[in-house]
Amino acid sequence: MKSSAISWTWFHKLGSPKWFYSISGRMLPWLAVAAVLLLTVGVVWGLAFAPQDYQQGNSFRIIYIHVPAAMLAQSCYVMLAVAGVVGLVWKMKIADIALQCAAPIGAWMTAVALVTGAIWGKPTWGSWWVWDARLTSMLILLFLYFGLIALGQAISNRESAAKACAVLAIVGVINIPIIKYSVEWWNTLHQGATFTLTEKPAMPAEMWLPLLLTALGFYCFFGTVLLMRMRLEVLKREARSSWVKSEVMNTLGRELAR
Amino acid sequence: MSFTSFSDFLAMGHHGLYVWSAYGISLVVLAINVAAPILARRRYLQEEARRLRRERNQ
Repeated sequence: MKSSAISWTWFHKLGSPKWFYSISGRMLPWLAVAAVLLLTVGVVWGLAFAPQDYQQGNSFRIIYIHVPAAMLAQSCYVMLAVAGVVGLVWKMKIADIALQCAAPIGAWMTAVALVTGAIWGKPTWGSWWVWDARLTSMLILLFLYFGLIALGQAISNRESAAKACAVLAIVGVINIPIIKYSVEWWNTLHQGATFTLTEKPAMPAEMWLPLLLTALGFYCFFGTVLLMRMRLEVLKREARSSWVKSEVMNTLGRELAR
Repeated sequence: MSFTSFSDFLAMGHHGLYVWSAYGISLVVLAINVAAPILARRRYLQEEARRLRRERNQ
């Protein structure tokens, strides 16, 4: 049993706020640069250089933000559920920080997917909104995010709030396969998936390559803003520990020197 | 290049309003998400600086 205890130390180190703070500080600039580059190249390529769709004309260019935002909104929720499991099972502080910090970003991404979808729907289907399975399940995802944010703020005891949010995140993850398969299970106006792991994309490469770039760019963007939020939350929650005190003093000293 | 002129690019073949409003709204949301943690961090550090000064003066 002793050897297995040793081999798990890296996992617990992962949950240590101090270790997280130093490693995330080193990752942050790289993620930010990657996000800016991928998004700029992807958006310029998608807006100006990709050929127009033979049926939808130029309105299809909304795909380069709509699909990445929708993918990210769903992946973010799965991440919340994973963080919930990790927090409940291993009682890691960092898991609850990740959950609380990612929920608002996920809500924003769901909102972007819904709004850009509505703007795309108007010229394509002739309507801003239809009560269709895909759209309705995405709206439920937005309400799940709102529920998580409200729950996290309503309970003043941090440990109870973490537990309640973890349970809600895990229960709500049932909505994710419903969103994914909604276009196959029900008759829907919404088109099927653009990217699948098993098949080649139905569009030419000059159309889906920019989409791949903006999708990766959205994930890097998510990583960047999530780490920014989490680092501040670590400073706030660990304010009494000596390493945070010296970190805050150092930062204040640097800012005063400027 | 999929467009012949810049005005052609802005018009997006009668879909300009839809395409540009979708991109504009998304850009605003991304900007909000970058600004929020930066401003929150600055506010927190200012509060901490004030607290430390108070404690030193006591």
